[in-house]
Amino acid sequence: MSVTESAPVAAAEHATVVLGERPVLRDVSLSVTAGEVVALLGSNGSGKSTLVRTLLGLVPLSGGSVSLFGTPTARFGDWQRIGYVPQRAGAATGVPATVREVVTSGRLARRGFLRFASAADRAAVTDALETVGLAERARERVSTLSGGQQQRVLIARALAGSPDLLVLDEPNAGVDAASQRAFAETVERLVERGTTLLVVLHEVGPLAELITRTIVLDHGRITHDGAPWADGHVGGYWIDTDRHHVHGNPTASPHGEWDGVPDHAGPAKAVNR
Amino acid sequence: MSILHYDFMVRALIASVLVGLTAPAVGIYLVQRRMSLVGDGIGHIALTGVALGFLTGQSPVISAVVVAALGAVAVELIRSRGGASGDVALSLLFYGGIAGGVLLISLAPSGGNVNLLGYLFGSLLTTAPSDLIVMGVLAVAVLLFTVGLRSWLFAICHDEEFARVSGVPVRLLNILLAVSAAVTVTVAMRVVGVLLVSALMVIPVATAQQVARGFVATMAGAMGLSVAVALTGAVGSFYLDVPSGASIVVLAVLVFVVVTAVAAAVRVWQRRSAASRSSLPAPAPLPDPVAAEPTGAGLPGR
Repeated sequence: MSVTESAPVAAAEHATVVLGERPVLRDVSLSVTAGEVVALLGSNGSGKSTLVRTLLGLVPLSGGSVSLFGTPTARFGDWQRIGYVPQRAGAATGVPATVREVVTSGRLARRGFLRFASAADRAAVTDALETVGLAERARERVSTLSGGQQQRVLIARALAGSPDLLVLDEPNAGVDAASQRAFAETVERLVERGTTLLVVLHEVGPLAELITRTIVLDHGRITHDGAPWADGHVGGYWIDTDRHHVHGNPTASPHGEWDGVPDHAGPAKAVNR
Repeated sequence: MSILHYDFMVRALIASVLVGLTAPAVGIYLVQRRMSLVGDGIGHIALTGVALGFLTGQSPVISAVVVAALGAVAVELIRSRGGASGDVALSLLFYGGIAGGVLLISLAPSGGNVNLLGYLFGSLLTTAPSDLIVMGVLAVAVLLFTVGLRSWLFAICHDEEFARVSGVPVRLLNILLAVSAAVTVTVAMRVVGVLLVSALMVIPVATAQQVARGFVATMAGAMGLSVAVALTGAVGSFYLDVPSGASIVVLAVLVFVVVTAVAAAVRVWQRRSAASRSSLPAPAPLPDPVAAEPTGAGLPGR
């Protein structure tokens, strides 16, 4: 279908979300096209998690619209094209589950409702486990894995469906350095395969080289959308290319607007140069 | 076996097997969601259904299924909305259910306290052939759903939002799961009673997960264990002349305690032997060359 192929992979138009009484997203418009690796940045409470959850139809809109592959999210049914890695402390619940069992549930969209798992489904699960480097631990309890490994289990779960769009919500939060590097390698392979990525990040970390576009959210509004690493101040944030780190609320201005004085990281970096 | 000469005992054993299979098959999903007590609450609501059956002269099992299913769907709606008031709303539903049941039964023409006790704590040996047919049909339906759709039910109970993004019909399955829980409570009502129903939904699962690594293994273990406990409890209660429901549940608790203790002991033993393999050179005449490399000097030898 040429119409959907040329349509943006994920898009929001004037999306507004109110949770309780509090506006969380205000008039957000964005469009992610196929093959992009988009980093969604912002401080805690800036609405970046809510934005990706809204795009996926998990949070109701108060105004505007969101779409996936050209179809309004509310009517979207092609879920095997989407892989989602939620923000999560761990992958364990009340009843034990093996690593493989958790990853297998990521194949359900491809497998189809009320269908038996085929050999291809099982191979895809094994493949996803190998991609994140956990094939040897497939039969172990998820709860016995470290936080970083559990995060990799959730990434493998999203990969098991071979998605065209992978949405990751802070995949590196609380994750050890080894798992972060393993994750960056996984992302590199996905980018080569042509997967579109939308990644919510607090710290860019080892992903910096792979990101093609950066969107910065502040108080529910997009303050920057474009070049990944413009050195210096971007939309209320000081983006420090040396440390791949975004500093929230950087200025001394009473309205939080840029007044020319970089935050604590700025002068330090200037001294370093 | 001599007890198999009694028709009522054969029926009792068949009922025990049906309950033994269905209760943990549904209960595992409640435990996975950390909602172990919901089965108990649905049991409370089912009592109002039983009372309505007495009051209107209908089959108490059928009216209990209907009322419990309505209650379970209400519980599911409260759960899916979330919010801090959900807890209080559930309390209202559960205690309203049991109080309503007691009140309505006292209004019924036969008005029997004996009847009430039978439904509160089970009266396995009075299972009628017609009860058994209803139980059998309901149990098969519940098993087809909970075992056949386990991949999808596992997904929604493990991570509901992820399941939605996978295109799983989350709302439909949640409602069906709630109805299954209600049906199971009603099926188990004759065997262990509405007050003890939840025990068979939760305790075998809690026991099996001490030793099983995965979800399917836990499910299979819990169902096997639950059938064994239900049969043993039923036979035991016949010989000892004690209530069947209480015998089954006490037995299930005992098995849980024993398995937990053994599993903990095994874990400690494994950890010690692993520690001695990795860090303690065995005080043997011929030390293993690998283990003999310099290790933690401060560790006491054994």
